[in-house]
Amino acid sequence: MIYEVFRQERKGQAFQHAGSIGAPNLEFAELYAREQYGRRQESTALWLVPREAIDEVGDFVDELGRTYHRVDGYSLKAKLKEARERATARAG
Amino acid sequence: MTEQEFLEYVQGGGQVETGDWMPDDYRAKLIKFIEMHGNSELMGVLPEREWILRAPTLQRKLALTAKVQDEVGHAQLIYRVVEDLGKPREACLDDLVSGRAKFHNVFHYPTKTWGDVGVIAWLVDAAAIISQKALLKCSYAPYARIMKKICWEESFHILHGRDVVLTLMNGTDEQRELVQEALTRWWGPLMQFHGNPIPREEDPMYLWRIKSQGNEEARQGFLDGYVPQIWELGLEVPDPALRKREDAVWEYTEPDWDELRHVVTGHGPRTADRLDLRRSAREHSAWVRQVVLAEAA
Repeated sequence: MIYEVFRQERKGQAFQHAGSIGAPNLEFAELYAREQYGRRQESTALWLVPREAIDEVGDFVDELGRTYHRVDGYSLKAKLKEARERATARAG
Repeated sequence: MTEQEFLEYVQGGGQVETGDWMPDDYRAKLIKFIEMHGNSELMGVLPEREWILRAPTLQRKLALTAKVQDEVGHAQLIYRVVEDLGKPREACLDDLVSGRAKFHNVFHYPTKTWGDVGVIAWLVDAAAIISQKALLKCSYAPYARIMKKICWEESFHILHGRDVVLTLMNGTDEQRELVQEALTRWWGPLMQFHGNPIPREEDPMYLWRIKSQGNEEARQGFLDGYVPQIWELGLEVPDPALRKREDAVWEYTEPDWDELRHVVTGHGPRTADRLDLRRSAREHSAWVRQVVLAEAA
């Protein structure tokens, strides 16, 4: 069985994929993972996930180019410059 | 994706995951390269293993044991990556013990004294980490990810080696002599370690961005980082031509490429002994693997 190993470096941080280990069952997987990814206290916790249990979702296509729901859809520089100039003119 | 598009993708810094499509040639090159790395980790423990029983202090014995454990752990991680690419670990070990597969030149040589242990742990590991750091950017992402952990542990190995060398250098004349003799013995193999100076554009491993630096680049990095550290201890590098030019390029006597070829094709002074040991260790531990697998079934 192949188990994917995710490790957390410090409490509160995200678990990150670190590698995989081959083990005949979960008991051995825990033992091997402890040796490979935790014996120098470099991890606060590990997640072991059988490879088959992982469902990968990918291919996020933005067919319509919908920039209105992202920050890169809003370039304010020119508008802000104009607005500031207008404000200065009004005040003057 | 065509092979050409894939090539442009990796050359542009793109990374590939296990399940992604990849050209057959890329997969074959990856297996060859990564398997050789795994073999080197596994064979690299043998010269040091010989010194666990003879280590001068309990502290050194523990550190050496920890280092051996690390290297075997690296081999396990690396063979796991090779397995996902399609070559099972047992097949890698079959090829290794039968002499069909290669491992790094430096692990084919004897370790004569405790001085060798220091020089290996310091300078061989330093040369290795220069190659390994360049693998953090490998186009094959699962390999790049495990290199993070491997480089982290190698840093301890270099410090440990430097500590052994410094302790000897601060000791008696006889101890300093041990280091100098070891350095003289290892300099040739160290200069051969990064391979012949093939331009990186002609190196298929660079072409596919498996490696991110050329052989000569790595050797220059090694010389630049470590020769000053060797000199400051009053040690002599056994190469009268060695010098740093004004344009910061290191000049040196051409390494013995025939020796390198001869050694890595299985004709090193300790190649046969070490493969015998690996073979018998594998045979003697076969029952453990059988019991574990039967238990789990």
